[in-house]
Amino acid sequence: MADVTLKGIVKDFGSTRIIHGVDLQIKDRELIVFVGPSGCGKSTLLRLIAGLEDITDGDMFIDGDLVNQRSPKERKIAMVFQSYALYPHMNVYENMAFGLELSKHSKEDIKEKVMEAARILELTPLLERKPKQLSGGQRQRVAIGRAIVRNPKVFLFDEPLSNLDAALRVQMRIEIAKLHQDMDATMVYVTHDQVEAMTLADRIVVLNAGRIEQVGSPLELYHRPRNKFVAGFIGSPKMNFIEAQVTSVAEDGVELSVIGSDPVKVVVDPTGLAVGDKVEFGIRPEHMGSGTEGELSGKVEVIEELGESHFLHVRLTDGSLITVQGRGDATAKAGESCKVKLDCSHAHVFGGDGFAFSKLGTLGQHENTATLEGA
Amino acid sequence: MNRQMKSILFYSLVVVVVIFSVFPFYYAIVTSFRSGQELFNPSVFPTSFTMGNYFSIFKEQPFGLNILNSVIVATSVVVLSLIIAVTASYALARIHFRGRGLLLMTILSVSMFPQVAILSGMYELIRSMGLYNSLPGLIIPNTVLTLPFTVWVLTTFMKELPKELEEAAVVDGASPLTIVRRIFLPLMWPAMVTTGLLAFIGAWNEFLFALTFTLSNEVRTVPVAIALMSGATEYELPWGNIMAASVLVTVPIVVLVLVFQRKIVAGLTAGAVKG
Repeated sequence: MADVTLKGIVKDFGSTRIIHGVDLQIKDRELIVFVGPSGCGKSTLLRLIAGLEDITDGDMFIDGDLVNQRSPKERKIAMVFQSYALYPHMNVYENMAFGLELSKHSKEDIKEKVMEAARILELTPLLERKPKQLSGGQRQRVAIGRAIVRNPKVFLFDEPLSNLDAALRVQMRIEIAKLHQDMDATMVYVTHDQVEAMTLADRIVVLNAGRIEQVGSPLELYHRPRNKFVAGFIGSPKMNFIEAQVTSVAEDGVELSVIGSDPVKVVVDPTGLAVGDKVEFGIRPEHMGSGTEGELSGKVEVIEELGESHFLHVRLTDGSLITVQGRGDATAKAGESCKVKLDCSHAHVFGGDGFAFSKLGTLGQHENTATLEGA
Repeated sequence: MNRQMKSILFYSLVVVVVIFSVFPFYYAIVTSFRSGQELFNPSVFPTSFTMGNYFSIFKEQPFGLNILNSVIVATSVVVLSLIIAVTASYALARIHFRGRGLLLMTILSVSMFPQVAILSGMYELIRSMGLYNSLPGLIIPNTVLTLPFTVWVLTTFMKELPKELEEAAVVDGASPLTIVRRIFLPLMWPAMVTTGLLAFIGAWNEFLFALTFTLSNEVRTVPVAIALMSGATEYELPWGNIMAASVLVTVPIVVLVLVFQRKIVAGLTAGAVKG
């Protein structure tokens, strides 16, 4: 197993720049997840690590060796493709053995390795089957098995679960997490599904338009997004952004008037803020509550019931639509006026450039216990 | 009533089509079993049955050798053109290089030239290579003739194969040749059989080159040998022998098609990618 270092990686397709100088240090035995909207360059970045695309500029190191000019095989990586890419004319055993065969392993050695991988992935009864006789989840396991047997330095996953149905996706997600624990392998995982990112990752890399927006642990990204893009991308439903004005600045935070409300206090580093500045106030649906009391007022437009919780889509007085999450069944009705209560200990403040003012205080237990009991 | 009319119309159309496509072949078979004056009997039904023509074609000329020549030429053309076409189509379908589209268009246009147009040029080439009146002198022009079509069909087919299959093989450490041999060839089997079969039929029936590039009966292929069959006198065409020979050389083609059409199975790529 190995660490992977990217230094100023640039990739052009023709005259279009897809990756704009990415620096990243992937640690040994880490499971790192690239997330971002489609077209953000996350798959390209993975393919650059794999060696399936040539690096335009910058240096890539795997296990300390410069690998810019090396083939995927020489880089000792293994990749699991979104479409599985199993060889349709070979059975499961042959699919997994193909790479070993090419690298001239002995027959006994191949058999031992394939059998071991089949045992781990519970594919043993299926070894004689052709890919077309397998279900989606089984095919995906074969694709993973093909990666395992080669004992690579780095595992690369390119949206491996996006072709599976929802139930199977959850199951395979757990299997991949288990696999990572068992194998102690360095893994790079690309997805556009932020639930996969949050649940699997040691660290998440949020990409946007070929640039890294933020790198951090899932909770770090959730609690301390560096900018508006990360704040909006991590978390579902996404964070609400509401216009606000600074009413007072103190050392331990700022007070804001959110669309004309009474000042609310947000604990952020106030450096650079002055009274009267226009900022954006960011708060997640789960950190708000609706009822008869609250800082904001609006009208319920749509209600979405999920059973264990519900979402109210509330039109505020300034015309913006926000999402409020509540426990259990909704008591409000569509068309009714309501008040929205804010838990400002979880709120964020974003400047005009989109960057967040860093939150003060430590992250951790005490913040999580400050649950909001909706009015 | 209306339905009945429809099916009557349908089947009468089928009968017409079948008669038009099968009758010439049927008439050849019937004629091949006639001899002497019987040959000039215009009846479409078998009136006599002798195997004489089938024996005489082998006695009066080296027809066995002609058949062997045809087999050698057609088989070599198939093998050569498939080897060249598979490697060429890999490059044309999967490797990006300047002028690829132009090259593909050129290949397609070249395949539309009538054979006569390239005959004299080809003749000069064959003569300068010293291959005149030899089997290689037939194999090379026939390969050249069939290649544009073969390359075009295989390129189209190869483009359809999922790119990720190739990338998976690259990650597995396969060289381009290994990818073609171990991954693409097995998947392209149906296309290979189809194009190979067409190339074989083309080379087997090819007449113009075989007539122009050969001089002696020992290197002639079947179509030329049949055309040049002569009777007892200058003024007699040995119809019986010609028909017998034609039937004899058509049978292997029919058998080949029947055997291989079973192998042409669709959906071989099913299960490669998501399904």
